[in-house]
This record gives sequence, structure tokens and C-alpha cells, in this order.
Amino acid sequence: MTEATEFKAESPAREAWRMFRRNIPAVAGVIMLTGIVLATLWGTFFYGGNPYEIVWAPHEPPGVTPEFPLGTDYLGRDIFAGLVAGGGPTLAVGAAAAAITMVIGVSLGALAGFYGGWVDNLLMRITEFFQVLPTLLFAMVLVTLFSPTLFTIAMAIGVVSWPQTARLTRAEVMKIKELEYVTAARAIGARNRRIIWTVILPNAAPPLIVSATLTIGVAILFEAGLSFLGLGDPNTMSWGLMIGSNRAYILDAWWPVTFPGLAIFLTVFSVSLIGDGLNDAFNPKLRER
Amino acid sequence: MTPSYLLRRLFYGLLLMLGVVVLNFLLIRLAPGDPAVVIAGEMGGADEALLAAIRADYGLDKPVLTQLGIYIGNVLQGDLGQSFFFNQPVATLIGDRIGPTILLVLCAQVISILLGVFLGVIAARKPNGVLSGFVSVFATIGYAVPVFWTGIMLIILFASVFPIFPVEGMQSVRLRDAGFMIRALDVAHHLVLPAFTLALIYLAQYARLSRASMLEVLGSDYIRTARAKGASERSVLFKHALRNASLPILTVAGLQFGNLISGALLVETVFNWPGMGRLAFDSILRRDYPTIMGVLFFASAMVVVANLLTDLSYRLADPRLRGKS
Repeated sequence: MTEATEFKAESPAREAWRMFRRNIPAVAGVIMLTGIVLATLWGTFFYGGNPYEIVWAPHEPPGVTPEFPLGTDYLGRDIFAGLVAGGGPTLAVGAAAAAITMVIGVSLGALAGFYGGWVDNLLMRITEFFQVLPTLLFAMVLVTLFSPTLFTIAMAIGVVSWPQTARLTRAEVMKIKELEYVTAARAIGARNRRIIWTVILPNAAPPLIVSATLTIGVAILFEAGLSFLGLGDPNTMSWGLMIGSNRAYILDAWWPVTFPGLAIFLTVFSVSLIGDGLNDAFNPKLRER
Repeated sequence: MTPSYLLRRLFYGLLLMLGVVVLNFLLIRLAPGDPAVVIAGEMGGADEALLAAIRADYGLDKPVLTQLGIYIGNVLQGDLGQSFFFNQPVATLIGDRIGPTILLVLCAQVISILLGVFLGVIAARKPNGVLSGFVSVFATIGYAVPVFWTGIMLIILFASVFPIFPVEGMQSVRLRDAGFMIRALDVAHHLVLPAFTLALIYLAQYARLSRASMLEVLGSDYIRTARAKGASERSVLFKHALRNASLPILTVAGLQFGNLISGALLVETVFNWPGMGRLAFDSILRRDYPTIMGVLFFASAMVVVANLLTDLSYRLADPRLRGKS
């Protein structure tokens, strides 16, 4: 019995992954989201139905004609083709908008939190100003002023949604910059930029990753809202647009608005399950609740 | 709460509003094209006389800073410009619609806070119980449902299956000349579906938040003391614990107000509610910029006022903050 018991330290990322894997709702979210993304990709490349083409009688109920499993809309367009064609732009805008939100929010938040003083004061006043503007309205104005394309829509959503990320980042950075390993990094001569990027931000990553995930969900809802109002890119199909254009006929046919709405819901739902799962995985203390 | 603190908050709120005015001014000039044409909107051939009138009114031939000064001066006098689509001053247009929006937003806010907090408090009593699980699932679902879609689904449900609530507008035409009470009841009847649609998302969030906040408070010593002295469960939950758990709820309620207005925009469009959201939607489709800017201004003003009220109520709820500034 001379063998010493080996203790292997587990890296925090690995531990989080282990916790995440055990979280049934989170794993279900990953599976659902993968399914949705695969269905969109499959639809774009293999289903091939033109979502704008009038292929059948209008308002064919779902499940009646096998070629059109989800029925047709008020013009007689294939709803399933619309769903698979609209998924790509919806997901792409959501992801791009979330990326823009994170870039703006993390940069401004990190600067404010790290430097403090007048930098913090100025940046926080700007953040408060942006928080006063009603997000959807401001995004609507931006999109109309700069003609709606997928890029301007993603930009507009990013420009109106960053304040919360900035506040979160600022709070994290302020907390971390007082810790000893930051002093240690400074002692070996690291400059501010290096400290922010390689010491503080990686340690602030867990809450920021969770917030990024939830931001994707919000951005998808946002894009859907804009498209529903008819302010999306007129050249691309999207789930919100399908709901918006069939809105006038909801009392004649429930299916053209129901399926795209379900698609939006399931996508955002799976994203938020993943976000909650990550949150639990990164915060062992929260697991009890 | 000192008067000087109040004054400072008010001054700060006014500064924010000034910022919104400057932003409006910049947005018009950032838009591609001649500002006068942008302001005239898509008239389908605004004539030279109109463009000249707009240029004179906004001082568009003067230096930019002078233009900004003129614009701010106009806004201070309550002149938000003229809507060339509705052919009415923007201030009048908004004055007619701000009431219904405030009614809708406040009702949704009250419903979501009261019901949400109630659900959260009972859920917190048994952290692993059925209701707790329901609150968590419901909150995740509420976060993921597009609000306009909820509205449409409710319209389908209540128009064809249970026709007990009107699904469109704010008043019945045939009751327009009835007495005040009957008209008020009529508006309330029309308000049910839009208000609940809007409240649903936030209700779920308040339920989750107050559950978490209550769980934290229920572990404190003073709750044990309250129980030990024999306070009833209801009194412990709603008097001792909820009061201390209410601070995060208040904070979120204030922060959510801007989102609530954004949601109201969509809900108004779905239910044909005659408020600022419909006005914004109509004017954006027509590129009626003076009206859009006016709505942006007033909607931001509502958020500023809401933030101010939140801040004050925060101080009323938490005695520790009262002396400080």
C-alpha cells in the first residue's frame, strides 16, 4: 500500500462542461438548436422549394396535401419552404447582432470598469442615455433611416442592445481588478492593455458567455419583431415576415402565423435553455436553487 | 430624501431629454439625402415651396450649430415640427395618443408585478415544489415567446373559440355616446387582451426574480426570529420577507420600463390599439420623420419619468438610502 492516491485537479472549464452535460434541459436545448440549424441548412441546400413561389391553392390546411406538410399561406405559397428559407437569415441576424452587442458592450464596459474616474463617468453617462431610448423604437428609426439590409438590421439591434452587457462587464472588471493576480501581473511589468485582455477578461468570461447566449435569443426576437412590422430586409424571407404578411388573414387560417411563431419560440427557447445551463455550470453556488 | 437630491435627479433627467433632442437632430442629418426632403417625408414629390418652407423653419441654410439651436428652441416651445403625412403638428398627434399608451403600459406593469410577485412568493415557500418548477419553466417560456405572436394567438383564440373579449381597438363604436362609466368599462373590456399579452413576458420574469430574491431573504436570521416569535406563515412571507426582497424587484421594474414600451409598440400594432406605437408604425411606413422623432422623444421622456419614480420609490422602500444622496 505504498501508492499514494492521485488527486487530479480539474480545470474550471472541464468542470463546467461536466456540469453542463448532466443538465438535462441544457442538453435538450443543444439538441433542439442543432436540429433547427441542421433543418435550415438542409432546407436551404436540399429542399429547394422557392418560398415566394405560388405553388398551390391559398390557405391549404396543414396535413392535407403531402407535398405541403404545413399547408400554404394566403397566396398559396409553401409554408414549410418559407420556414426553412427564413431560418437562415433569422439565425444569422440574431448571431451577428449578438456579436456586435458583445463587442460594443464588452469594450466599453471593460474600459469603464478598468480605468474608473472620468472615463467611467463619461462612459456610464452614455450607457444611461442609451438605456433611456426605447430599444425597438430606436432600432426601427435606425433601420428606416439606413435602408433595411441584413447588415443594417444586425447593426441597429447591436447599437440599441449593448448597455446591459456594458454594465455587466464593468461590474465584473471592477471586481476582478482588485484581485491579487492582477497586482501580480502588474508587478511583473504587464501593461494595462495586456492586463485587460489576458488577465481580467478571461477571468470575467463565464458571466459574459452566459450573457452572450441570452443576447442571441433577445436579438432573434428583436429581428422577428422588426420583420413582423415589415421593417426587415425586403429581399429575404424570415419568420417574422411570414407572420407579418399573413396577419390580416388569421381568422381564416391559423397555420400560416402559427408555424413561424413556433419556430421563433423553439429557437429562442433552446438558446435560453443553453444559457441557463451555462449559468448553472459556471456558478456551482446557484445549483441548489 | 433631501430636496437637493430631488432637484439633481430632475436636472439630470432634463439633461437626458436634451440628449434625446440632439440625437433626433443628428439622426435626421445622418440620413442619406437632403434633410429638407427627409423631413418632408415620402410625399411623392414635395414641391419646392414646401421644401423652402421647411428650410426656413429649421434654418437649414444656416450653420449646423445654429440649426441645432433652432431645433432645441422649437422643442422647448413644444414645437416638435409638422407631420406632413397627417398634416397636423406632431405635438397634437402625440397628445391624442399618449393616453392610451400610458394606460396600456401601466396596466401591463401592474398586472405583471402583482401576479408575478405573488407567484414568486408562493413558489419560494417550497423551492423544490411543483409550483417552483412551474415558475421556472414558465419564466423560460415567457422569455422565448415573441410578444406579437402571443397577441395573434390570443386573437385567434378569443375571436373564434371564446368570443368574450374584443380583439381590436379601444372602444366600441356603438358606445361612443354612452355615459362615462359605461365608456370606461368598455375601454377596460378592450384592454384585457392587450394588457395581458404585454404583461405575460414580464410576469414570468418577475415571478422568477421574486422567487430567487425571496429564497435569499428567507434564509436570514430575522426570518427565523419572526418565525420564532410565532408570526403566521402569511405574515412572515408577505410582511417580513417580501419587504426585504422587494428591492431587486423594484430595480428591475424600473429597468424594464423601456422594454415594456418597446413591447407596447408591437402589441398596439397587433390589437389596433390607438396609441403611440401605432402612430410610430404608421409614420415609419410613410417615412414621416418629424412624427417618428416626436414619438422617440416622448417615449424616452416616459422612460426618464419612470426611472425617476423608481429611484424615489427605491428610497422610500429602503430606509438605509434615505439620508444619502
